[in-house]
Parts: sequence; C-alpha cells; structure tokens
Amino acid sequence: MVNNAVETQALRVVRGGNVVLRDLDLVVPAGSVTGLLGPSGCGKSTLMRTIVGVQAIASGSVSVLGRPAGSADLRHRIGYVTQSASVYDDLTVRENLRFFGQVLGVRAERIRTCLEQVDLVQQSDQVVGRLSGGQRSRVSLAVALLGEPDLVVLDEPTVGLDPVLRQQLWGTFHELAAAGAAVFVSSHVMDEAERCHRLLLMREGAIIADDTPDGLRRRTGTTDIESAFLSIVKGEEVH
Amino acid sequence: MTPRILLAVAGRVLNQIRRDHRTLAMLLVLPCALMTLLWWMFDDLTFRALGPALLALFPFIIMFLVTSVTTLRERTSGTLERLLAMPMGKLDFLGGYALAFGLVAAVQSALAVGLSVLVLGLDVQGPVWMLTLVAIADAVLGTALGLFVSAFARTEFQAVQFMPAVVIPQILLCGLFVARDAMPAVLGFISDLLPLSYAVDAMQGVAQDIDLAEITRDLGIVVAFAAAGLALGAVTLRRQSA
Repeated sequence: MVNNAVETQALRVVRGGNVVLRDLDLVVPAGSVTGLLGPSGCGKSTLMRTIVGVQAIASGSVSVLGRPAGSADLRHRIGYVTQSASVYDDLTVRENLRFFGQVLGVRAERIRTCLEQVDLVQQSDQVVGRLSGGQRSRVSLAVALLGEPDLVVLDEPTVGLDPVLRQQLWGTFHELAAAGAAVFVSSHVMDEAERCHRLLLMREGAIIADDTPDGLRRRTGTTDIESAFLSIVKGEEVH
Repeated sequence: MTPRILLAVAGRVLNQIRRDHRTLAMLLVLPCALMTLLWWMFDDLTFRALGPALLALFPFIIMFLVTSVTTLRERTSGTLERLLAMPMGKLDFLGGYALAFGLVAAVQSALAVGLSVLVLGLDVQGPVWMLTLVAIADAVLGTALGLFVSAFARTEFQAVQFMPAVVIPQILLCGLFVARDAMPAVLGFISDLLPLSYAVDAMQGVAQDIDLAEITRDLGIVVAFAAAGLALGAVTLRRQSA
C-alpha cells in the first residue's frame, strides 16, 4: 500500500477574485521526493501554502498526514521553507535555530544535527544578515528540519545556490525521503527534475502531467524534461 | 498559551534589541536626555507640573513605534507565517512581545525616573516606584496598540505614519496642554475615552500623592486598554490568508 502524505481532491483556491488552483487532484507519497515543476506564477507557491495550511481553500479538500490541512496537530509534523528565507537577519545562525527549536520544543542536540545537514557549522555564530543568499536559504532549511518533520515542503530551495551545494542539498532531500519523510520540492529549473522520484508538471493552476522523469520522457519521445514539458503544453493546446 | 514559547519569543526579541546597539542606546538614553532638556527649558515649578506627564508619554510613544515596525517586519519577512505554521499560540507571540518590551520599559523608566527625582529635583509626593509601575503599564499599552495598528500597514513607511494618527491626538487631549476639565465638553468627553489620559492622570496622581485608590483605578484602566489592544492584536494575526 502506498502511504500518501498529501492527498487533494478537486482542490480549488481563489485569491483576489482569480482562480489560482483549478480542481487539483494529486498525491504526494511518503518516503519519496516529489517535484513540482512549472513556470513562475503558475500556482506552485499557492499549492504549497495550501498544503502547509496557511492558505484558505475555496472548495475541494486537502488531507495532510491523514488530517485536514491546517489542523493544529499538524504544526509539529510539517517543515516548510518559503521562497524568501523566513529567518531573523539580526540574529546569528545558532540563535535562529535555538529560538525556533524552543518554539517546537526540540532537544538542543537537534540544532547541531541540522547545522551539519545544511553544512553551516562553521557559520553558526555569524549574524544571518551578513551571510550570502545561498547560506541564508540554508538557515531557513535547517529551521524546517528541526522538528524532524514527516512532510517537508520546500518552495524553490535551490535558487541562487552553486552546483556543488545544490547537489549536496538534493542528497539531503533523498536522505530525508529514505528515512520515510515525504519531500515535496518546487522548482522552475527543469534540470532539477531528474533528481525527483516523481514529477508533477503544473501550468496555469492545473496539473498537466504526473509521472516519473523516465515515464515523461518515454511518453513524449523526448530526451529531457524541458522538451517533455513543452511537448505536453503543445499537445494540450491542440486539443 | 505555552509559557515555554512565550518566554522564547521574549528572549528572542530582547536578544535582537541587544544586538542593535543604536536602538538600545536610543531606548535608554533618549528619555533621560529629553527630561534634562525639559528641566533646562522650564523653571522649577513648570518642570514639576509637566515632568510626570512626560514620564508617561515616553514609554508609550517609543514602544508604540518600535512595536509597530518590528511586528510589521515579522509580517513581511515571512517569519510570522512560519511561526503560525508552528505550534505557536497567538497569545504566546503577543505576550512574548509585551513581556520583552515591558522589561525594556522598566529599565528605561527606572533610568528616567531616577534621573528626574535624584538629579533634576522632580518633586514626587507619592511612592517613587509607582512612577515606574505606571510607566511599564504605559509601555505595554504602547506595545499593544502598536501590534494592533501594524496589521493595517503594508510598509514600514505606513506604519510610522500611524503615530500622528493614533498617538498625537492622545498627547493633545491627555491634559498636558489644557487641563482635562477645562476643555470644551466634547473634547473632554473624547479625552475620557483615550487611554493615555488615564496614564497621565496616574503619573500626576503619584507626583501629587492624591488618593491611592484613584491612582490604582487609573492604572487599572490603562492595563484594561492594554489587554483589549492585545486581544484585538490577536484577532489580526491570521493563520490562513484568504
């Protein structure tokens, strides 16, 4: 049996009079890395915010770890990284982790473990505002990992990172998935798609494909995900 | 409400202030400098009349500004959204801010009151510690109102402009310029509805050592306004956006 961390049914989200998500049916399985790909502005962030429970839904349903999204008892179990690093610039890396760790009620040892996971041990006593953009987003990621979440939602976590670090982070995502967590990552960089177990392609608030990277290439007769995406978009416009 | 989380928020806010040396210096030195300026400007009699009211104004104004800007920063930087997606109660968040700024106000007022009484010769008939207590209540009031109005500002530029809208009318009507019972009836009535009026009454009450019951009543009203402000602030913190 596949254990799904997230299941949506006919999920519809309306913001400021615009339909941002159109009747989405999708699942994010536990124990694997699921990628959410699509051009910017297609609704990726809104979908992630809905799963995390900070975005109200118009109709349909979102179930997260067997509970409706936004339930109070889910707050311990989800790690969420927004596009902008949501951390305090005027505190050091360690002070940030200590504060969020106190809110989550985790043991002090977790701070060291999470710093190691994002490779920030050396910078731990530096003020976040003086770090590079990539380092700041890793602080934000470390905060998301503090509570040993069952579901990790990452909104474009690798933007602005160098290739070595990106590779390293994808390694971390796979470790988390291997340990049983569901990892849900968005990106508009198509070459990152290859590293996901499963891909959801999104366009204008709808899911236009849900497959493995291999499956997508085979189905469209292409050699890379970018061409596969374009081929599917073209196919849709013909219909 | 979880005390562990409330204390974590308060500790974090104090840590942020501690790292910001310029803000810390202004918080502690500015009220003292302004009291000294006042003492220098006026003769002893006028200074004694105005001094207590000003000791009520500083913590209120400063905490209003500091809180509205810092909370707005939490709202726009995404840290508030992150905290509300964690097991953080709204009252933990607001209470943590109120506690941290209340402590800062305690130190700030202790310095300003100490300087005024010991060095500048401000005449206080009632217990001096009560001046500090009223000042702390004022600071929490400023914090509560600042938290509330920050919900209606999208930028720090807008937040700062709530000061002339919310704070200055209260300063004009609190009895500092014209005694409250000498105002036109309508303005006197409005003055009765504004929290700062009671804060100033309480300060002047302590200075002149009028009936302790009356001072306690005024102080109670200030605390009630602060609690109402925090409750309204809690309503403006939303876990979900529409």
